[in-house]
Amino acid sequence: MERIIPVGPYHPLLEEAEYFTLKVDGETVVDIDIEIGWMHRGHEFISESMTFTQSIYLVERICGICSTSHPLAFVHAVEDVCNVEVPVRAKIIRTLVGELERIHSHLLWVGLAGHFIGYDTVWMWAWKYREPVLQMFEIISGNRNHYGMMRIGGVGRDVEPDSIPEMEKILDEIEKKMDMLVKVVRDDPVLKSRLKGVGVLKKEDAINFCAVGPTARASDVGIDVRKDEPKDAYDMVDFEVIVLPNGDVYDKFVVRVLEIIESVKICRQCLKLLRTERGPVLNKVKEIPPGEGIGRYEAPRGEVFHYVRTDGSNRAVRHKVRAPSYANIPTCKASCIGIPVADALITTASVDPCYCCTERAVRVIDEKNRELHIDLLRLSREKTERIRREA
Amino acid sequence: MSWYTKKLAKSIWVFHVSASPCNNCDIEILDLLTPKYDLERFGIKLVGSIRHADVLLVTGILNKKVAPRVKYIYEQAPKPIFVVGVGSCPASGTVFKGGYNYPSKVLSEISFDIYIPGCPPKPEAMIEGIMKLVEVLNA
Repeated sequence: MERIIPVGPYHPLLEEAEYFTLKVDGETVVDIDIEIGWMHRGHEFISESMTFTQSIYLVERICGICSTSHPLAFVHAVEDVCNVEVPVRAKIIRTLVGELERIHSHLLWVGLAGHFIGYDTVWMWAWKYREPVLQMFEIISGNRNHYGMMRIGGVGRDVEPDSIPEMEKILDEIEKKMDMLVKVVRDDPVLKSRLKGVGVLKKEDAINFCAVGPTARASDVGIDVRKDEPKDAYDMVDFEVIVLPNGDVYDKFVVRVLEIIESVKICRQCLKLLRTERGPVLNKVKEIPPGEGIGRYEAPRGEVFHYVRTDGSNRAVRHKVRAPSYANIPTCKASCIGIPVADALITTASVDPCYCCTERAVRVIDEKNRELHIDLLRLSREKTERIRREA
Repeated sequence: MSWYTKKLAKSIWVFHVSASPCNNCDIEILDLLTPKYDLERFGIKLVGSIRHADVLLVTGILNKKVAPRVKYIYEQAPKPIFVVGVGSCPASGTVFKGGYNYPSKVLSEISFDIYIPGCPPKPEAMIEGIMKLVEVLNA
């Protein structure tokens, strides 16, 4: 007999509010559905009423964990419109901040994953090792989260040359701990028995659901914006894209841990480059011409995409955000079916879902409880028909 | 009531509700539990249900979808409940104030006892905020 287990919107496990409906037959999950919208704040609309520089601070607040990725993708989009040359030193600083964010985001997920499977030791240790990264952010930007570094045409703040040795020391410390973490993850019997073979996302499913980031890379789909379309200083540094074949939760765990090691490598190279590369960090942009631009960046969770349309004024006419979790969260439709209820939570959490990033659309219901929606395909066909008739 | 609040001030149990924030305050709240800050040494603990809690932590702007739920949680709480607004969002709305999903009514229906401003407030600031609440309870 099928029963429905509602989870949420406020439940003690995940921090964010979301509403899962698990349809179960005995112990087995038959179907899963998710309702979101609890975090919607209307960023795109607000962004269209703000100037470009103000918008950077707004898109930073789309999500507290990706607070470099969104502004970076946004400034890429605006720079795409106005074709501005970004100084090399600014590019290096952007890459440094972006990679530090990847370290802290992955460590955060590793900790939370440990918490989800009832292994709180992992949580406490991973978050303990995350603190030095936040300390580095404080050295670079003055704040632990929400750095406010990005500007159109560069970065807002230079890295002090005196602080580089200190940061290198912190990186040494992080690297030592991360090497230990890799060994722990590879050896730990609890993690292996709990995560291996759980919630497998097959390669074809990952491609069909358009999964991005570590979720795709753990299912043998090697996509990474940093390698595919290198921007900023990614063509100046040497790193590997981690791809694993199995697609289960354990592989997603290992991909993230190994990516931390790669990010530490990139950070070290960036600091080395910063020692020699001098020059300005901001190329001021006076005017933004009318046009369209897109910006992409590999956020910790996958590719984040921003689209900006301008009309020559100091505001965007249209600003569209596509966050990585938007593609990743529905993969639970493929990976959760047929597994026990106890594994469903860690499987849904294994894509590192960020509901704050995802919620970019609203469903409008009027007073009579009718949904207001427009069939885009129909609209498009009607327009073609109309043009044909007029011609 | 004063004898009750004095007892309460010894170990505060906290329920955390994230009402459309950007996640950052929530992470910093969780950060308080981890080894560097370790708030549990003061007896402060995150609990899974509002029915066990003495303090309700609210982060975010309380958008229109979430606001009725937060109100429902607030009504379920055993009284007295102390409501703490973490971050600048519940205090002022910050950048989201111009948006269509920013509620004007609900924020006035839930009475906040203290606000901890900052975007996000540092963990030290949060500890100080809670300590101020304890001082008030002890007075």
